[in-house]
Amino acid sequence: MGRAQVAAMRRKDRDASDQLSLVTVDGDPEPAAVREPSSEPPDPPQADADTPTGKPRRKVTAESLAAKQREISVAEFFTKNRHLLGFDNPTKALLTTTKEAVDNALDACEDAGVLPDVSVIITPLNGGERFRVTVKDNGPGIVKAQIPKIFGKLLYGSKFHTLRQARGQQGIGISAAGMYGQLTTGAPMVILSRTRASLPVNRYVLRIDTEKNRPEILDESQVEIQGWDHGTDVSIELEAIYRKGPHSVDAYIEQTVVANPHATIRYIGPEDQAIFERTCTELPPEPREMKPHPHGVELGMLLRIFQAAHGESLAGALSSSFSRVSPKVATQICEKAGLRVSLREFKLTTEQVEVIYRAILEVKIMAPPSSSVVPIGEEQIISGLKRRFDAQFFFSCTRSPSVYRGNPFVIEAGIAFGGNIPADGPAHVMRFANRVPLQYQRGGCAITEAVTETSWKAYGLQQPRGSLPIGPMAVLVHMASAWVPFTSESKEAIAHYPEIISEIKLALQSCGRKMGTHIRAVKRDCEDAKRRSYIEKYLPHIGIALGEMLDLDEPETDRINERLRSMLEKE
Amino acid sequence: MAGATTGTRGARKKTTGGRASFSIKDIRTTAGTIRDVIMKGRAPNLRFPQRSLNNVSYDPQHGFFELGNREVERTLTVNTVKTFAQTLRMMALSKELVEKDDIATKREAYYVSKNWEEARFDDQPESDTVMEDVEAYFRVNREQLGFIPEEKGGEIAGRLRVIDKDRNTGKVLKIDCTKFGSGAYSIPISVEHLGFETDASFILAIETAGMFQRLVKHNYWKKARCILVSMGGVPTRACRRFIRRLADEKKLPVYVFVDCDPYGIANIYRTLKVGSGNAAHVNEFFCVPQARFLGITPEDITRYELPTHPLKDVDVKRAEDALKNDPFFKHHKRWQTALRDLVKMGVRAEQQALAKHGLNYVIEKYLPQKLTKTDLFLP
Repeated sequence: MGRAQVAAMRRKDRDASDQLSLVTVDGDPEPAAVREPSSEPPDPPQADADTPTGKPRRKVTAESLAAKQREISVAEFFTKNRHLLGFDNPTKALLTTTKEAVDNALDACEDAGVLPDVSVIITPLNGGERFRVTVKDNGPGIVKAQIPKIFGKLLYGSKFHTLRQARGQQGIGISAAGMYGQLTTGAPMVILSRTRASLPVNRYVLRIDTEKNRPEILDESQVEIQGWDHGTDVSIELEAIYRKGPHSVDAYIEQTVVANPHATIRYIGPEDQAIFERTCTELPPEPREMKPHPHGVELGMLLRIFQAAHGESLAGALSSSFSRVSPKVATQICEKAGLRVSLREFKLTTEQVEVIYRAILEVKIMAPPSSSVVPIGEEQIISGLKRRFDAQFFFSCTRSPSVYRGNPFVIEAGIAFGGNIPADGPAHVMRFANRVPLQYQRGGCAITEAVTETSWKAYGLQQPRGSLPIGPMAVLVHMASAWVPFTSESKEAIAHYPEIISEIKLALQSCGRKMGTHIRAVKRDCEDAKRRSYIEKYLPHIGIALGEMLDLDEPETDRINERLRSMLEKE
Repeated sequence: MAGATTGTRGARKKTTGGRASFSIKDIRTTAGTIRDVIMKGRAPNLRFPQRSLNNVSYDPQHGFFELGNREVERTLTVNTVKTFAQTLRMMALSKELVEKDDIATKREAYYVSKNWEEARFDDQPESDTVMEDVEAYFRVNREQLGFIPEEKGGEIAGRLRVIDKDRNTGKVLKIDCTKFGSGAYSIPISVEHLGFETDASFILAIETAGMFQRLVKHNYWKKARCILVSMGGVPTRACRRFIRRLADEKKLPVYVFVDCDPYGIANIYRTLKVGSGNAAHVNEFFCVPQARFLGITPEDITRYELPTHPLKDVDVKRAEDALKNDPFFKHHKRWQTALRDLVKMGVRAEQQALAKHGLNYVIEKYLPQKLTKTDLFLP
């Protein structure tokens, strides 16, 4: 396989796993070819660090990273790579910190089967240069011994080791937020957690030892809090700037409210506050873990799978590492690759792995199971939209599961139309990946592209060429997948896969068709009203004019007008 | 000129040109028909002649643009109810004016409409259009409907005495157009009642006031034995009618002196000679078929080495439009050649460009040279 070919394939699929494989495969004979297509800053350690999305194959990375890179201090690493973790500037830092804490809170509640009750308090300190972000949930809480590790150590967590749909995706997570706060203000994190009503609340004041990447407990105590049976409460102080607008914390909360109708969210922001009660009492089904599908696998990942050899045969390794690879399919792959089924995997050369990689793409393999993907649901989308928008009509569509490069995904769309949504501007587009709002890089996102390319004129809206439609409309698009392909490490925009864009368009069209019917009905009503007022306004003048020309008296002109009115209204 | 009204027409001096037989009766008939149709439960409609170049024909024997048969039908529907109502109210206003022997300027008619509540006009061009519709509907001149224009008619200087009447005493006035010094006689809005005395041998119609001033200042009319007319751009109806009556009555040739550009040729000269597409229903009276084009011709540009400006896109478009759609230019081969030459040269020249050779070159050389070969003037 030519370098160019490998490069070309990788260029298509730029997500975290790509970057990951470059670094972990130390023996990769072609590092240049692998790295070449990346348009992200060429900074290998950043990729290692950005891995807590919870995928089993990354386990190796973390361990080898921990082993090899001990000499790099976490603080140094963090400072260098803050832009990848969502802390590029003080405005974004406030958003990222809130987002990490809220995503964690929601995930924790759902994992424990509890309807989330999350409160978010953002308090300005020092005249607005510094903020305290406090997020409290009613999740399962954290066992006392684990609290320092979870919050005081980077690269530590539970979601890290699984391949399944989850929110937690913003890099290094809550501990990075804590570290940012610590670096900018020197203030420690304060954690309260309770696992059971019968047990006391554990309170920790923590710092991260940035040299050794481990928690430093400043204070540890037990407190009593009434009316809070279980859950976690995190407070972080950080230097930040609060601004309104599409990138604001307010927008994040509003959009989270839309995508999570089962969560009650209390928000006390720097300026505004609101309580969003849940509008549905059903928890989303729990997403299943899944093994990767062979058609979604990258060469680097394949190399890693065979490197972590446990003495299995080639066919056996394929079957056990991937979903939908039966012994029969495994045999087919081996045959295509011209390799023996029983070949010991650790004996494979890099060239042979490449051959297998190409063979996999040629073998027909069943689509992956979609049980790992959990959409929001059509009714829930509408109830979510209703929480945020005072609109006239609501429409939604959840597509059936589909697959891009072996990864199952579901696209959903929702539309709120009319009411008090501003009518003269472009539609308000909300993008979500696994229920998490995407607020940055609007222009580079597949969702924006799909919304723009959809022909809204057919549904009665205006749409300048190559732009968003104009009208009183809010559009929600959600992609649910264990593996959302982002355009870059900062995970703010979905990559432009044709399969994904086409699914988004189909979902939008389905909503659009329903909306079109309503818009047309509204327009018809308007025209009727206009027609009536037109007749009222101008018709009498025909009578007046005829009366003047023919010297008619009033009853006569009235008769003419009556005739005319009944004639025109029938039209 | 069948139906052309010359001289005075009794008491109603303001009526000029147009169908001689028009009266209030015509308005009443129209209104009555509309009422009857409505009372039968049907939608009334009005049929207007289409007012555009598409709907005129040109026969040099007749000498003017004649209205064709194309009509626009306006049926009363919800969408047309506003214009329909406005058209009827305009007709009613006209009936009132004619009845009371009163007049209203176009601007005044627009202000009268302000009294029509929702049916009022928002802009004068709107009311002018409706007025022209009514005019064309009855195939009369707007003066017969009681409406008069605001515009000035043009100016006269030279060997002409205009015979008018004193408004108060009714005494005959003879206005000597040689005695305005550096000023000029203004053509009134209505010219039907005027009489003429002259010993001039031709009429020279000039596009710009500037050139007119130069010729007046040097008493060019004295030397050349002529009557000078300043049109000031596209000649008004009154100006066209004045020249026409004067030329007809005194059997004078009319020469036209305008800028050499598509506007001077296709708009000013064409409208003076054969009328316009928009007012085709009255062209018969408001045209000067005997007019001939003195200059400036495209040929003059090269012969007199005149300074030029490049043709603008709109100029080229105008020329091409004239060649393609204007029945007058489509009829005259010589004009087609001239216009094509002009487009090919890609330039235009103003009357004043003659000043390149000296301020009075136009008086001393250009006009005298031209007038020796009047038979070569463009048709």
